Amino acid sequence: MASLLELVDVSLSFRGVKALNALSFAVAEGEICALIGPNGAGKSSLLNVINGVYRADSGDIVFDGSRFEAIRPGRAARLGIGRTFQHNALFRRLTVRENVLAGLSRHGEASFVENIFRFGRDGRERTDFAGRADHVIAFLGLEAERERIVATLPYGIQKRVDLARALVSEPKLLLLDEPMAGMNQDEKRDMSRIITEVNRAFGTTIVLIEHDVGIVLGLASHIVVLDYGRKVADGTPEAVRNDPDVIAAYLGTVH
Amino acid sequence: MAYFLETLIAGLFAGLMYGLVAIGFVLIYKASGVFNFAQGAMVFLAALVFVTLVEHGANFWVAFALTSGLMVLTAVAVEALVLRPLRNRDPLTLFMATLGLSFVIDGAAQFFLGTDVHMLDLGIDDIAEDYGGLFISWFDIVASLIVVALVAVLGIVFSRTRMGVSLRAVADDTLAAQSIGIRLPVIWRIVWSVAGVVALVAGLLWGARQGVQFSLSLVTLKALPVLIIGGFSSIPGAIVGGLIVGASEALADIYLGPLVDGSVSTWFAYILAVAFLLVRPAGLFGDRDIERV
Repeated sequence: MASLLELVDVSLSFRGVKALNALSFAVAEGEICALIGPNGAGKSSLLNVINGVYRADSGDIVFDGSRFEAIRPGRAARLGIGRTFQHNALFRRLTVRENVLAGLSRHGEASFVENIFRFGRDGRERTDFAGRADHVIAFLGLEAERERIVATLPYGIQKRVDLARALVSEPKLLLLDEPMAGMNQDEKRDMSRIITEVNRAFGTTIVLIEHDVGIVLGLASHIVVLDYGRKVADGTPEAVRNDPDVIAAYLGTVH
Repeated sequence: MAYFLETLIAGLFAGLMYGLVAIGFVLIYKASGVFNFAQGAMVFLAALVFVTLVEHGANFWVAFALTSGLMVLTAVAVEALVLRPLRNRDPLTLFMATLGLSFVIDGAAQFFLGTDVHMLDLGIDDIAEDYGGLFISWFDIVASLIVVALVAVLGIVFSRTRMGVSLRAVADDTLAAQSIGIRLPVIWRIVWSVAGVVALVAGLLWGARQGVQFSLSLVTLKALPVLIIGGFSSIPGAIVGGLIVGASEALADIYLGPLVDGSVSTWFAYILAVAFLLVRPAGLFGDRDIERV
């Protein structure tokens, strides 16, 4: 299958500390790819480079056939890269529905003047957006919380709202930064099921970071292991699980 | 008692006018996290352009539309020439830029349109009349209605339109807003345009009261205590803050003034603001920032 995302020799450093070191790997269209590795391995930095929050020092990113040295978050969103954040970066004072509607921004065409006076493209867009938002809210089982202010919701639900906001714009590639952090086993299984359903129902390619290796092995079809900004292993769950370098990175090795 | 009531009411009316100016600051603060020192200059520019057009024979609505158009152009220029080159800089840098901007706008307005004081007649009588023992000016009533209507319209725009949702999203989390494809430059242009039109309304009401002249620019200084008391990020806060400042300084003037042999209204609002800073630094309606470090 063709690759949707390809990283070629991407390096990133913060004041001399290498967060990513000549990293290359490819994500095939339609797969769930998990990034794992110890804390500080560069997983979040990598997601931030892919959607343009950080700018790589060197290397290229190829997304959907176009090659970039650097990309801005807004442009990444408009090209179809959606993401969630490790620490929910939701719009806390907005309702769940408004958060999800905001997620549709990249599809917005009606101008401010059309919005205010409700003419031209505004009407069609309003109906279209409302329908799409409701669909995703239902899909993620958030109907009961639709009109609640996000700041008042429990953490696990907020994680789902974050996913809904990213998903509603129907991104080609969805980056999930620790979607199950802070969840108990039941919630993790739930979220895992949701991610699999998103992947199947919407055909969305997903790159996610998760620490719980047990969950990852069951969820992902492709695993990339990072350590100190380098790629340690890259392959199917079976291959990665038996890789001696991976075992060394996680458990330490005898020198 | 009637004297107390009359002073209180006069103070509250004045307070709404302060609130009107403060709204312009709040809009920009919400969208770009910066105290726009140039807001007062925008009030002056709008009023001066409007009054010049009217003096050259334009009717009210034509002048209003043309001046609004100019404020939109100003917003577009500010976004392109000031905000975009300085994006991702810290708020203090942006604040200094708006300080510079205020001199540019004040200077340009006076360079092209002169430094004369212009009388502005909106055709609303500003003579106090007797309403059941209370003397109230018709102008105050109309001005208050305009402020209330403006707040209502802004409220509807921000709660009911997609752009309104986007604006509130940017105010809550700028990075997340960009990551879902909200175009920050578009939001800035819109917010500065709306703040420009609010400045025009403020400029007309203030200009009708005290003449259109450079001192209109100094309403910035009056808005500061209002914002400290009401909170920088809330439109209702701006109005409530304005009412508190207006009422307290009017009352302080008649009850406190004689004790210190002079007018206290020039400085009372600042003392009040300092007291609020000590007790409630975020203001009545502001956000207390909780930052992850």
